[in-house]
Amino acid sequence: MGDDRDIIAEFVDVHRHYRMGDNTVRALNGVSMQVKKGDYLTIMGRSGSGKSTMLNLLGCLDRPTSGEYRIGGRDVSKLDDDALSSVRGREIGFIFQSFNLIPQLSVLENLEVPLFYQGRVGPESRRKAEYLAERVGLGQRLDHKPLELSGGQQQRVAIARALMNDPLFLLADEATGNLDSNTEKEILDLFDDLRPDGVTIVMVTHNPAVAERADRTLWLKDGEVDRLVENERAATAATEADA
Amino acid sequence: MIRDSWRIIRLGLKSLMLHKLRSTLTTAGILFGVASVIAMLAVGEGAKVEALERFKDMGVTNLIARSKKPAETASSSSQSAWKALAYGLSYAEADLIEASLPTAQVVRIREAKRPMMRGENFHTSIVVGTEPEFLEVANMRVREGRFLTDVDDQRLDNVCVLGGTLARLLFPLDNPADQTVLVSGNDRYRVIGVLAEQGRTAGAGSTPYDECMFIPLKTHRRRFGDVNTTRSGGSFSRERVELYEVKVKLPSSEDVPSGARILRDLLDKQHKENSDVIVTVPLELLKQEEESKRMFNIVLAVIASISLLVGGIGIMNVMLATVTERTREIGIRRALGAKKKHIVQQFLVEAGVLSALGGLVGVGLGIVLPYMITVWFEQKTIIMPQHVMLAFGISAMVGVVFGLYPAWRAANMDPVDALRHE
Repeated sequence: MGDDRDIIAEFVDVHRHYRMGDNTVRALNGVSMQVKKGDYLTIMGRSGSGKSTMLNLLGCLDRPTSGEYRIGGRDVSKLDDDALSSVRGREIGFIFQSFNLIPQLSVLENLEVPLFYQGRVGPESRRKAEYLAERVGLGQRLDHKPLELSGGQQQRVAIARALMNDPLFLLADEATGNLDSNTEKEILDLFDDLRPDGVTIVMVTHNPAVAERADRTLWLKDGEVDRLVENERAATAATEADA
Repeated sequence: MIRDSWRIIRLGLKSLMLHKLRSTLTTAGILFGVASVIAMLAVGEGAKVEALERFKDMGVTNLIARSKKPAETASSSSQSAWKALAYGLSYAEADLIEASLPTAQVVRIREAKRPMMRGENFHTSIVVGTEPEFLEVANMRVREGRFLTDVDDQRLDNVCVLGGTLARLLFPLDNPADQTVLVSGNDRYRVIGVLAEQGRTAGAGSTPYDECMFIPLKTHRRRFGDVNTTRSGGSFSRERVELYEVKVKLPSSEDVPSGARILRDLLDKQHKENSDVIVTVPLELLKQEEESKRMFNIVLAVIASISLLVGGIGIMNVMLATVTERTREIGIRRALGAKKKHIVQQFLVEAGVLSALGGLVGVGLGIVLPYMITVWFEQKTIIMPQHVMLAFGISAMVGVVFGLYPAWRAANMDPVDALRHE
């Protein structure tokens, strides 16, 4: 790759093994990879390839059996539960397939949840929520409940929520899996739209059409990195930039 | 900090609003628990104060010896009707009591039920013959005029002091002072004083002094004699009683146990065969009453605690259901940076809000309930602010205690599993 952008997330020979009775399932088996600032990376693979395990590890919801996971240069693979919670709260912005907004809270309150757990709720968090709601195209709907919104709108709220804590990277799990193709395109356009702000995106998907729009795609196979592909669109974009 | 707490409480309320009926029903368990705790404590307190007042009227430093018609002959009037049945306390015994308890005030009391008349007003009540010390020993007050004196006694004067209620009955419109009351149709007594009403109904077996007329002891003996003839259904019964009651006032309540022992020893010698004298020690009764009230209160407290316990189990049940239903929410919150303690806090507050709401309404009901008990069952009730606070505090605590396990379970879910939960 040869560029000198900051590495914000890095796997070094990460293994994740589960014990199932007498057998050991090697869900991840020595994965090394890097995510740099401003990256748009998708992770693909058949089911059983280790995508979900990779997602859980990237999201600090799980710990590797061995190997190192560095976020912003700090090894988080051996942190305790509270410390991992802090890392999730400060450094990662989650976007889920089924939006995962909290139904009894309004849009504004949903946006404030990540900051609440850092004790940062106040007039400033409200201003930020208003700004981000505007940014994802939902300015007028702060007082609505999630179920009063369409799927696309809910996912916009979820994206805004993921940005509330200024994370090092967004971690999306099939972010468009529950949406129709038009809405899918809108959401992917929104991701493109956010990138000039310096947003880094890691997305796990099995949809090639979605993966295509990222810079690079990491293919997993049987818990190992199969190949890392530079996508065409990204390549052309890079050439244009050079020219 | 305060804003955050308020936010957590508001969140709890919002989550409870998701299941209004379920939350309301759960709250009802605590509600009735708290209301019953407050009501029971109010009834207990009322009964305690009532008992205290009653024994205070009798005098906590007093000993009371009272003549009683022996039981075995009480019903059989077949034997010689003209031979007077002699029983009870004698003048000699009263003197002996006075000599044995030199520090005490001893008051001799005679009683006779007689019709009293003044103009057109008529009332049958008890004429009490007694001594000047009666006023202090029986804990009564003069409202008007004066009480009996030794001079009245020595001169065998026909003077009387009226109990407050009797004065109202015989003199409904005018001032009784220096007026005359006719007893048994021919005995005239000049009113020299009126007592303040005690207001409380006396306990069973004691004389209702508010309705009595008081005359000097010697006058009483002279006018009514020691032999009392009553006619009932055509047959006569004659009784010979010297003194109906001797009240002893001891200097302090520490002297009561020894004084009671001396008095009982003394009277036991005279009245062993036919137990025709009863010794009442208000302090002992008070202590017994307090002891039995204490047991009663313990039983009430246990019952109330059980109802709160049941309410608490209801809360735990609902919170466990809530935690299961909202597994996904827990996963989301964990992904967004919530630590275990945040999840514990959230569900504890929710349980606390649930039971505190029940507690709050329960306090309302608990304040109304004793009032209704007073109206319907004529049982005195007293609501103590600290009891209300205690009941409310317990209800909030029940929520926290029974919310602890569900909250712990919520916090210890694996975030990955929780997020995957449908």
